[in-house]
Amino acid sequence: MRSDGSQSAPLGLKIAAACGLLFLHLPILLIFVYAFTTEEKSFVWPPPGLTTQWFAVTWNRPDVWQALSLSVRVAAISTAIALVLGTLCSAAVSRTKFFGRETISLLVILPIALPGIITGIALRSAFSLADIPFSFWTIVLGHATFCVVVVYNNAVARFRRTSGSMIEASMDLGADGFQTFRHVVLPNIATALLAGGMLAFALSFDEVIVTTFTAGQQQTLPIWMLEELIRPRQRPVTNVVAMVVVLVTLLPILAAYYLTRDGDQIAGSGK
Amino acid sequence: MTSAVSFQKASRHFGSVRAVDAVDLDIAPGEFFAMLGPSGSGKTTCLRLIAGFEQPTSGSISIFGERAEGVPPYRRNVNTVFQDYALFPHLNVLDNVAYGLMVKGIGKAERHKAAEEALSLVRLPGYGARRPGQLSGGQRQRVALARALVNQPKVLLLDEPLGALDLKLRENMQEELKSLQKALGITFVFVTHDQGEALSMADRVAVFNDGKIMQIGTPEDIYQRPKTRFVADFVGSSNVLPPDFVQRYSGQHRWGSLRPESIRVGRAASGEGVSARLVSTNYLGATTKLALDADGLRLHAIVPAGTALPAEGEAVVLTFNREHLHLMDEPA
Repeated sequence: MRSDGSQSAPLGLKIAAACGLLFLHLPILLIFVYAFTTEEKSFVWPPPGLTTQWFAVTWNRPDVWQALSLSVRVAAISTAIALVLGTLCSAAVSRTKFFGRETISLLVILPIALPGIITGIALRSAFSLADIPFSFWTIVLGHATFCVVVVYNNAVARFRRTSGSMIEASMDLGADGFQTFRHVVLPNIATALLAGGMLAFALSFDEVIVTTFTAGQQQTLPIWMLEELIRPRQRPVTNVVAMVVVLVTLLPILAAYYLTRDGDQIAGSGK
Repeated sequence: MTSAVSFQKASRHFGSVRAVDAVDLDIAPGEFFAMLGPSGSGKTTCLRLIAGFEQPTSGSISIFGERAEGVPPYRRNVNTVFQDYALFPHLNVLDNVAYGLMVKGIGKAERHKAAEEALSLVRLPGYGARRPGQLSGGQRQRVALARALVNQPKVLLLDEPLGALDLKLRENMQEELKSLQKALGITFVFVTHDQGEALSMADRVAVFNDGKIMQIGTPEDIYQRPKTRFVADFVGSSNVLPPDFVQRYSGQHRWGSLRPESIRVGRAASGEGVSARLVSTNYLGATTKLALDADGLRLHAIVPAGTALPAEGEAVVLTFNREHLHLMDEPA
């Protein structure tokens, strides 16, 4: 039920809402503005001059490209692992009853409830205990711990709304387990997996804390940015990177939002 | 002749719960068979045993002479119409109906043609392009039926398929299912808790209670000659008469049942019979239902509308024909 849209809110409420939104989004705009500043050592307001030279500088910096490519690869592989494990786990938890089901459900969700620093320290000591050298794969493992949760939560919610007799109906009509998964289960959870996957990707992409404990010499993009802020050299490069990242990630997130919104309507009207 | 479905001492226990307990059952090919019972009586578990969603804990089940234990649902020539219809929300009606043929690898043109035919069979021609969400409850029910029938099953299982429909629609569907079954000659196994539905549609009825079959017989058998107090009470709310009462009229010390419509109600002065008091009258349209109290024994009588009736609270005399008093097998 939606309240009548034609009814106007009081002026005070409108001003308060505008202030809230400005507070949230003005800093982001500031970051964009500083990407064009001519002052490279510190951020001064107002910017003494405007220039687009930093885009060219950023383009030619190999460390930016390295960090970006590492972040993308880590996020992609963590998300892929999370999609497989999270889907399997949510299917097990929501489709069958077994001893310790609630415990498993809690254990899966725990990494996102725990402070990142705990996860990070725990993983670091586990890696050194097992004599695993820090590498690309240790970062992926660290990220996968919380990416699984996001996919799991999305998929479990969708499974809960999907009628269990649909799977039985598919089997009844002659589809074996694999065909049922492909033709019935997957289409019904696809949008939930897409949303969960995108969120997992985004979480992994800007993760700092766990990464600092599980990375060796590599720098993911957020860690590169942190380091860059301390150095007084070509500061606006960080802002350029930040701006590009915001613009590039905004589009898929908007797409995911619209996709899952439509999916929910279809799933809801089927009931 | 081989039975369509046969249970030999088949049981399904869930821990200490005996959902189905040593059931023997034979359903003939082409029969319209109803499983009737209150919820939790094991009738749905029996259906799931035939479909293959459950495996018997002990005993055996065969479908057209073939052993069914260990055979997964997708390798049985049996289809189910689910209580909640279980249509696939992401497919349109035509693809829902064609699903069974699609997973068997039948080409698109051929399976769509078969699906169209199945839709006409359930009187929904031209609905193929719609989504299940755009259909009414009755239409979804027909789609579920078409989706099962398109596979030409040997046995069609129906799990309370009319439960979610309103009264008028339910009566229409009852007739339609019955004539469809006659026309196709497929064995129908129908689960319901509605005794009226079971009696009006089925060739034979099995009455379930506590995981066991209380009685199997034609609707007339079940209605006129219940074997136990449970059957008498559950199927059509018969008056169950205690052995002492029955002994006075039949000479035998056994439980008896008497249909409410077999009782005649007269004024107290009108002669011999069971003296009772009229507790309340309940106008039902074509008939009137009377609640009576005969010395502490609660009885119900149904008389045609328009019968002159004594006032509530008045003393009355009840009479009935001896042959309408049915003696049950259950020991006193």
